[in-house]
Amino acid sequence: MSNKSLYGEQIIYLSKHPKNFRPIENADYKCEGANPLCGDRVTVYVKVGDDETLEDVAFQGSGCAICMASASMMTTSVKGKKRAEAEQLFDEFHRLVKGELDPAREEHHLGKLTMFENVSHYPVRVKCASLPWHALRNALENKGVASTE
Amino acid sequence: MTAQAVPATAATLDAVALRADFPTLRRTINGRPLVYLDNAATSQKPQVVIDRMHRFYTEEYSTVRRSIHLLSAEATRAYEATRRTAAQLLNAPETRQIIFTKGTTEGINLVAHGYGRKFVGEGDEIIISATEHHANIVPWQMLCEEKGARLRVIPVDDRGELILEAYEKLLTDRTKLVAVGHVSNALGTIHPVEEIIRLAHAHGVPVLVDGAQAAPHMPVDVQALDCDFYVFSGHKACGPTGVGVLYGKAAWLERMNPFLGGGDMIESVTFEKTTYAPIPHKFEAGTPPIAEVIGLGTALEYLRNIGLEAIAAYEHELLEQATARLSAIPGVRIIGTARRKAAIVSFVVDGIHPHDIGTLLDQEGVAIRAGHHCAQPVMARYGVPATARASFAFYNLPSEIEALGAAIEKAIAVFAV
Repeated sequence: MSNKSLYGEQIIYLSKHPKNFRPIENADYKCEGANPLCGDRVTVYVKVGDDETLEDVAFQGSGCAICMASASMMTTSVKGKKRAEAEQLFDEFHRLVKGELDPAREEHHLGKLTMFENVSHYPVRVKCASLPWHALRNALENKGVASTE
Repeated sequence: MTAQAVPATAATLDAVALRADFPTLRRTINGRPLVYLDNAATSQKPQVVIDRMHRFYTEEYSTVRRSIHLLSAEATRAYEATRRTAAQLLNAPETRQIIFTKGTTEGINLVAHGYGRKFVGEGDEIIISATEHHANIVPWQMLCEEKGARLRVIPVDDRGELILEAYEKLLTDRTKLVAVGHVSNALGTIHPVEEIIRLAHAHGVPVLVDGAQAAPHMPVDVQALDCDFYVFSGHKACGPTGVGVLYGKAAWLERMNPFLGGGDMIESVTFEKTTYAPIPHKFEAGTPPIAEVIGLGTALEYLRNIGLEAIAAYEHELLEQATARLSAIPGVRIIGTARRKAAIVSFVVDGIHPHDIGTLLDQEGVAIRAGHHCAQPVMARYGVPATARASFAFYNLPSEIEALGAAIEKAIAVFAV
């Protein structure tokens, strides 16, 4: 496997220029995700509409390229979706990066998130990709700090 | 075994020949020769150590001390031979001052329990340094919490050198112990432990030296240092995991509480009272890691045959070459530039997280550590969440430093999108 297969141009670009990298004033939900073993740290903010739609999702923090790009893609992927749809996406994404979902053979809703498929070949980096998602889920469940450890 | 006694110069250490002793170094990673630069985490094992443990399990296996048959007598003899080898390596005055532990972490915990619970009380203070790894922080924090004592920390300057003037001010009548690393695993700094010990003893304070990063890389003389305790791990010294050494002055060890209770650490047991075995057995409860202790003995003999002075001199040359190579790469910043350093180079690269560096280097077959190195306070001191760390052993080659430099340059190119 070449470097590019994990660090595709889009992942590197998003890690340097993440989308929705900002706080949300008066967010309905907020949660910090931390990975104590590598120091990755992201705070996810969510604003939810009356019909359970995630009207706005944003994040701030610092971490490796995989974590930052994943957080960026997560915010754009779940924005406008219903809470249940976001949870389903998290489940599919988590299975994707763990190598339990083959996007070529199984039905899914991942879209561009499939660019993280090769993370499954790097078991120690799965937690980098999934940290922002854990933070999102904990935010929506009001569970406090999320950790991938 | 190819290791022969050599004079103490870098030029006479034949690293190419020594590499043949290490089967793992023949591996390829992603189609490239393995460049193993994670020696501060753990070292590779020479064939003699692997063979010795294999032979023990296949031909000699038995328990130690408690049985009366021949196999047990042989196992006990081999086990105790390692104690002598360790004592000689550290220049300990007596073999009974060598205690086998699970490793550095257990050695420190043993002293925290055995010494700390007996001699540390409310309002007392324990001094550590700002560069310690978690193994030399957490046990003391736990002790302080239990006893109502206080942890004091020797600060470190921007180069990674301890500020001795500040240390002197920390030493008071309340100080009950100083616990300091010989070499920082995160920065490579060789701490001035001789001076630290001298100043502590002037206040009547004993000193524990954490030698995890020193004992396998430089000569250590516990009598010359006059340290009260010295600990190191087998697995960083070409030996197996799960075994380490605690040296202690007999006067302290005899007064200390046992660490773990159980078989082999007793003199007599009734339901009313137990009396304890003399040192070192007072601190070696239960069936020890016998094969690992015997393997450690072979590893320490192997290092001694090469010569710790020659190893230190050779690794210092590697340090200078690596420092020069990495310093010349734009965007690379070395964290820890002390004047006295072991062969550890911690670094960050502009715009690339250390974990990404670690993965990209791995793609080139270069194994380094990336993270906080179990030394989060050090990372906080330098304002970085983590670093990439290349750490060297006597079996590393200048060509591997070039491979490291080239891999870093390639990583920078990958991220130049």
